[in-house]
Amino acid sequence: MNQPAQEWPLWEVFVRARAGLDHKHCGSLHASDAKMAIQMARDVYTRRQEGCSVWVVRADHITASDPQNKETYFDPAEDKVYRHPSFYRLPDAVDHM
Amino acid sequence: MYTQAMDTAPKDATPAVRSADEAALQTRFDARIDAGEFIEAKDWMPAHYRKTLIRQISQHAHSEIVGMLPEGNWITRAPTLKRKAILLAKVQDEGGHGLYLYAAAETLGVSRDELLEALHSGQAKYSSIFNYPTLTWADVGTIGWLVDGAAIMNQVPICRCSYAPYARAMIRICREESFHQRQGFDALLTMMQQGTDAQRAMVQDAVNRWWWPCLMMFGPPDDQSPNSAQGMRWGIKRISNDELRQKFVDATVEQARVLGVSLPDPALQWNAARGHWDFGAIDWSEFWQVVGGEGPCNRERLSARVNAWQAGAWVREAAMAHAQKHTIQQEAA
Ligand SMILES: [Fe+2]
Ligand SMILES: [Fe+2]
Repeated sequence: MNQPAQEWPLWEVFVRARAGLDHKHCGSLHASDAKMAIQMARDVYTRRQEGCSVWVVRADHITASDPQNKETYFDPAEDKVYRHPSFYRLPDAVDHM
Repeated sequence: MYTQAMDTAPKDATPAVRSADEAALQTRFDARIDAGEFIEAKDWMPAHYRKTLIRQISQHAHSEIVGMLPEGNWITRAPTLKRKAILLAKVQDEGGHGLYLYAAAETLGVSRDELLEALHSGQAKYSSIFNYPTLTWADVGTIGWLVDGAAIMNQVPICRCSYAPYARAMIRICREESFHQRQGFDALLTMMQQGTDAQRAMVQDAVNRWWWPCLMMFGPPDDQSPNSAQGMRWGIKRISNDELRQKFVDATVEQARVLGVSLPDPALQWNAARGHWDFGAIDWSEFWQVVGGEGPCNRERLSARVNAWQAGAWVREAAMAHAQKHTIQQEAA
């Protein structure tokens, strides 16, 4: 009777907590369309004024990096310490630069 | 609410022969657990870890939504508009908790419909506590104080669960639970301090009925929880059933004194040597009876869930049809 194919699609929910902040992923929910997803996200994730703006994205529209490739993908940045300001030792007089 | 350690799943036989690849992955997984790292949905994990989590998270999710029923029973009969608004907010929270947890379980590769089907067929369990009736308004306050109180005790350690989507859901849930316990205590305190003798007696009666089932919420004693060690090893379980139960008793005794009610246990006594309250023996035959489907409200609870699901089927289908119609119209335009 309830084939998975009949399930409402899954949406990922992103909430902006306050003006000036980024939208942050906070969970997911099933909804039949975008309008319903926004409404339900409001009801589920912002009942205590946790947000002032909501984004929803169909979960199957998200492309993610492969966790199997985590090392080859992200580790090359590890030895590039010269990309950080702390790499450069400057005289005290100008070190606040 | 509410998770309950029940250890009801059959033991999986570990396959004797594993590929070298899998053994390497297993070693790496164990090392990550030992290092206190979090496991995310797409990471490799042992099949038994996945299965255990699906079972535990879905039991927990089922408990949240079945837990809406005994309290929902009182929404239309709350004594004041204030209490009604509070109770509505609490029951709505529990629905949200169910959603967070179902979503966490779904990240492990099981569908929402499959999870609900397991609940409706009676194959999946939910917390035994919700198979008891809410006879009076004092039961609603007592559920908030004791049942949510026990749930918080159970749930706080799961905020550090090794499976990150579960841990994140639990953090959100624990943030919301504190109000549940406080509003319950507040409702009882109002009756104890400003109520009639009959209302005070009603509170005491509710506490008498809920106390022992609440102690059972922590699950069987440690020496009868064979899967606990594996749960600890995997960072799914952090504190043992008996330890959590003791913490709950210790915290509750003082609260009961402030409230002005007694706890229905003649053996309850401060043990200075242990630094804990001693308490009487729990009737585990009652627990297993309720878990096994023979509690006072098992049939009523399950049929309420099944009816809600079946009666809502046309709404789910209509919403999908509406969405599909709009997609087709948009594509045509
Ligand atoms: Fe709660
Ligand atoms: Fe809850």
